[in-house]
Formats: sequence, structure tokens, C-alpha cells
Amino acid sequence: MKFKHALLERNVVLLAIGIVVTIAIGGLVEIVPLHTIKSTIEPVQGVRPYTPLELAGRNIYMREGCYNCHSQMVRPFRDEVERYGHYSLAAESMYDHPFQWGSKRTGPDLARVGGKYSNEWHVAHFKDPRAVVPESIMPTYGFLARRDLAIKDIAAHLKALRAVGVPYTDDMVKNAAADLAAQADPEADTKGLTDRYPKAALGDFDGDPKRLTEMDAIIAYMQILGRMVDFKTVKPEQLRQ
Amino acid sequence: MQLAGTLGSAQTAAGAGERVAYDYGVVRLFTIATVFWGVAAFLAGVYIALQLAFPVLNLDFEFTSFGRLRPLHTSAAVFAFGGNALFATSLYVVQRTCRAPLWGGPAAAEFLFWGYQLFIVMAATGYVLGITQGREYAEPEWYVDIWLTLVWVLYFAIFVGTIVRRNEPHIYVANWFFLAFIITVAVLHLGNNLAVPVSLLGAKSYSVFSGVQDALTQWWYGHNAVGFFLTAGFLGIMYYFVPKRADRPIYSYRLSIVHFWSLIFLYIWAGPHHLHYTALPDWAQSLGMMFSVMLWMPSWGGMINGLMTLSGAWDKLRTDPVLRFMVASVGFYGMSTFEGPVMSIKAVNALSHYTDWTVGHVHSGALGWVAFISFGAVYFLVPKLWGKRELWSLKLVSYHFWISTIGIVLYITAMWVSGIMQGLMWRAYDKLGFLQYSFAETVAAMHPYYVIRAMGGVLFLLGALIMIYNLVKTVRAGEPAREEAPAPAPAAA
Repeated sequence: MKFKHALLERNVVLLAIGIVVTIAIGGLVEIVPLHTIKSTIEPVQGVRPYTPLELAGRNIYMREGCYNCHSQMVRPFRDEVERYGHYSLAAESMYDHPFQWGSKRTGPDLARVGGKYSNEWHVAHFKDPRAVVPESIMPTYGFLARRDLAIKDIAAHLKALRAVGVPYTDDMVKNAAADLAAQADPEADTKGLTDRYPKAALGDFDGDPKRLTEMDAIIAYMQILGRMVDFKTVKPEQLRQ
Repeated sequence: MQLAGTLGSAQTAAGAGERVAYDYGVVRLFTIATVFWGVAAFLAGVYIALQLAFPVLNLDFEFTSFGRLRPLHTSAAVFAFGGNALFATSLYVVQRTCRAPLWGGPAAAEFLFWGYQLFIVMAATGYVLGITQGREYAEPEWYVDIWLTLVWVLYFAIFVGTIVRRNEPHIYVANWFFLAFIITVAVLHLGNNLAVPVSLLGAKSYSVFSGVQDALTQWWYGHNAVGFFLTAGFLGIMYYFVPKRADRPIYSYRLSIVHFWSLIFLYIWAGPHHLHYTALPDWAQSLGMMFSVMLWMPSWGGMINGLMTLSGAWDKLRTDPVLRFMVASVGFYGMSTFEGPVMSIKAVNALSHYTDWTVGHVHSGALGWVAFISFGAVYFLVPKLWGKRELWSLKLVSYHFWISTIGIVLYITAMWVSGIMQGLMWRAYDKLGFLQYSFAETVAAMHPYYVIRAMGGVLFLLGALIMIYNLVKTVRAGEPAREEAPAPAPAAA
């Protein structure tokens, strides 16, 4: 029997079914294998869930729309690797809900900004970017230092993330509020915190040890970016996707 | 031939005596909203463009910083301006080409209108207050997404319900595109916004997917927001309004079938070209590039079908600036759907990605194609909807056309130069083998182009203000049509 397109033009149900089938194929073929092919995520060591303070900082990063101007994805080109560091791995953002790879570099890539600048530099830069980088066109974020970090129930955030697959342990959830405060408090006992979250940057971030501000959180997040994987121990075959 | 037949009989429906009580009320509302949100989007765009040239305009105030206003601009342009234009035109076209009033009656249609405006307001206020999912073009949080889903189901019901009760044997080609747009946007919206709220009383949620899987889901959504919201839907506009205004049948029925199915099949695959050289596996990048290049063909199929519809009527471009808007928009469509496949080639993308070239490409599509075809449709619709013979002033339409066209040219050329220049500066090495420029130096080099781009935006905004003046004058002081709406004035068809 010869197919006639008029059939679809006369029957809206068939037309709609035709559309659904046609648009389903590409998405399924591209997205499903990313969930099933194991090598999509490189088997490297060191990537851990964010500390409560880093997570709070990451949420501020999204709230302020930083992703509109900053990427977090170093491409495997000579100039990018020299400018920013090792190219980014899929494993490094496997606990990022959502991903923040970005699409535009109005400002520089931030995938490996952790540890590159001091906390003092970050505070000065957030308060007045042009004071430290005269050519910068970044908005000022001084209000972050003036505002207390207000998160009512950080444990609920960890639980929500656990529900979508981030391996937060019961221990992490139980200590979430204490860890949130301890990371930016130079006086605090941080033994439990560093056991739970290796490599977390510790101490007062915003220059005001008495207060826990949004500035503390965003800088704690900046300082962990790109530092979780130790590339000295990574072997080339581990990077094959 | 069936197409011409369908269109022809819709044209003469009222004249033939069997009057259909078309629901124009909601189309009028959506048309007003299109113009209103258009100006809001252009204004926001000009403001954030100026912020990039003069950062002091961030005002040291969180609610007016670029990071919060940029989503406001993109959402206002895509979903508020573009969305309302699609609602206005699709609900007009589906009635006229089916010779049936809207399914569900005026009450459902009005609920659709206010429901969609509420979505826009909830999304926009959220951005300014810092409530966002942090996903480009999908920033609204979970509660706004659920609301939009309900509104969209109603839209689908009204649109399909109207098709079901049609008095025409065939479903006109414009409606295929509108239907594909409505269905696919629903699928994309649901797929990309899967999230777990932290609490049912709070705004914050975390996406179900993470990292690389999340990235591809997001750009499967993001690129097809372009492909189906800004392309398929607006091709629906083209397929009705260009032949109507030119008073010619669509050039090729066969081409419209081939390009419809190939376009919607291929578009879905193109998302990975937003992720070239990232941590997305190579096989997915290659697939994305291959399908993006193939997409050039159906895109130009649509362009050819639109442009060739003017065969024998090209002279009208001299006298009818409304048709000029539509034809220029199809031209811009052809240009940006050539530029897109070029930029999706990995070697080109290595240079263009992360730069202003992408921004320029988007705007040649958004301003040149989406906005211009919308202006054409609005200029066509307003006299019809308010029972006027013609627009108050065709001369002002002509001014609008040239001022906005110059604005677009300033915009996209500035972004080509700044984008390619910055891409080259990032990868430049000096004689000793060191990177030649610091990042900050490449930012400083952008300044003149950001000023030119903002000037282009100002011209585009100015054109839109001229349009508003002309439309208000048309409604208030335009010469009444000989035969009142809902019947179309045959002379103006």
C-alpha cells in the first residue's frame, strides 16, 4: 500500500504521534547512553560531595547568575591548559546538580580557580573588581560580606541532593549545620569536617571571623573549584572516556 | 495544490455566507502582550549591553546586577515576546485555517492568556530576587515550571481541540509546525526540569541529573528551545502570514512536507554542539556536529519555500514594508541557519565557543528572524483584529524596518569582530612561546564593540517604539474596514 501524506494531514492524532516519534529518536540515542556507558565518567580519585559551606556558596553562585559570564569547563587546548590548568573531566562535576559548565567567557573560566588567589584577594575582588583588575567589567558584590549566611535547614539540602544521587552519608547529614559553621570559624574543631570532606579550605574567608557571611560561603566554594582531583596521580588510561 | 486550496477557502469563508464566529478577543490580548513584552525585552537587552560597556551601571545593587538581569532579558525575549507572538498567531491561524472558533470558548482562552502572563511575572520576579535553577533559558524554579506545565496542557487542548472541530478536510501546514512546537516544547520542558525541591514551602530545588548527563539534557533542551520555540513555531507564522500578505500560495507543497519532517527529526540531535571539546564524550560531540551540519538543508528548504512564495509578487516589496519585514526575516533565517552549522563544526567552534560570536549568532536569529517575522505578523494582525482597513502609516513601518535593520547590522557585525578577535587573542602566543594576552587584556579590547552593540540595540528599541506609536494610532484613528471583523476585508487579504 502506498503511503500518502494526506493521511497525516487529515488526522491530528496520527500527525501528533508522528511528531512525537520523530522528535524522540535523537534525544534517546544521545542521552540514554550517557547514563549506561560506564566510561563516560572517568575513574579518577578525589571527587567528593561539597561541604555544607561550599554548597551554600555554590547556591549563591547560581543565585547571582555567575554562570552567565563564567564557564567551568577547561577545553583540551594548549592555550587553555596553560591559562587555566588541566582540562576538565566529566568526573569533576559528577556531583554538580545542576552542572555549571557555562557557555560564555565574559570573565575567565573558573573550573580551576581554587587555590590560585588568596581569600583576601577574593574579598577585595568581590567588593570592587576594578580595584584589583582595572580592566574588569564584573558587577560589585560587596553586599555578600554585609549579609549573614541564612540557611534555615542545610541538612534538608543535603538530603535533597542525596535523593538525586550525591553520596552524602548519615554522618554528613547529621553534622551539616555544625560543619557549615565550623569551616569558616578559625576557633572551631574541624577534625570531623576534614575527615568527611578532604581538602576543604578552612578558616575565616571574609576577614570577619566573628560572622558567617555569604562572602565566607562563596569564597569557600571558589577555593575548592578544580582542586579535588590530584592530577599527579592520574594515569592517561584513566582519562579515556 | 491542497495547501492553496485550504488557504483559499479560509480566505473566502466569511464571504461565502457561512460566518464563523472567530474568537479574536484572546488574539488581541496576546498581540498587545507581544508588543509590550517585546519592548520590555529590548529595553532590558539595551541595559545589560550597556552594563558590559560601562560596569558602573550595575549600580552596586544586587537586583540590578548583570547576572540577575541577563536571564530577565533572555526570558523576556524568548518566552514573553516570542511566546506571546506564538500564542497570538497560532490561535489566529488555527481558527482561520480550520474555519472553526477556538475549542473551549473565550473563557478557556482568557485563562490561557492570564495563566501565561502569570508564568512570565513569576519567572521574572524570581530572577531579580535570585530565585533560579541556574540553567540557561530554563531558569524558573520548580513551582513556576509546574504552573507552566498546566498552562501548556490547556494550550495543547485548545489548539488540538480547534483542529479536531475543523471545517476543512486538511490540516494546514502552518498548524503542523505549531503542533510540533507545542508538543516538543512540552517534552523538553518536562525532561529538562526534573528536580527535587528542598522543601515544599521553599523555592530551591536540585536537578535530578548532574554533570555531563545534566549538561547534555540542558543543551538538548536549550538548542531545541531554539529549534522548536524560535524556529518551528515561527515557521508556522511564516507559512500563514507570508502567503497571505503576498497574496500567493506557498511555493511548494512537497517541499513543505519534506522540510517539516526532516527539520523536526534533525533538530533534536543538534544539542551537543554546545558542548564541543568539553567533558562530553567525543561520540556525542561528533553526532551533534554531524546533525547540525545536516540541519542546514531543511532549514534552507524552509527559507526557499518562504522566499519563493513571492514568485510573481516581488514588486510588492517596493510598496509594502510589512511584507518587507517578513521577507527580510526569512533572509535572516537563511543566514543564521547557515552560520549555525558552520559554528557547529568543531574546528570553528574551538574559536567561536565562549565568545561574543555566539551572542551575535543568536541575535541575528532572534532579532532578524524571530522579531522581524513577529513584527510582520503584528502589522498584519492589528488592522484585522481591530476592524481597520490598513495600518495608520505604512511610512512609519518603513522607518521601523530600516532603523531596526541598521540596528541588527551594527549588533551582529560588532559581535563578529569582538568574538573572533577575543577567540584569537586567547590563543595567541608571543615569540618566546608564552600566552601573549592576559584575560583582562582581552576584556579591555571588547569595550568599543560593546558600545557599538549597545547602539545597535538602541536602534532596535527605537524601531519598536515607532511600531507602538503606529499601532496605537491604527487602533484609535485608523480608517474602519468596509466589512467589520470577524469577517476579513477581502481587499486587504
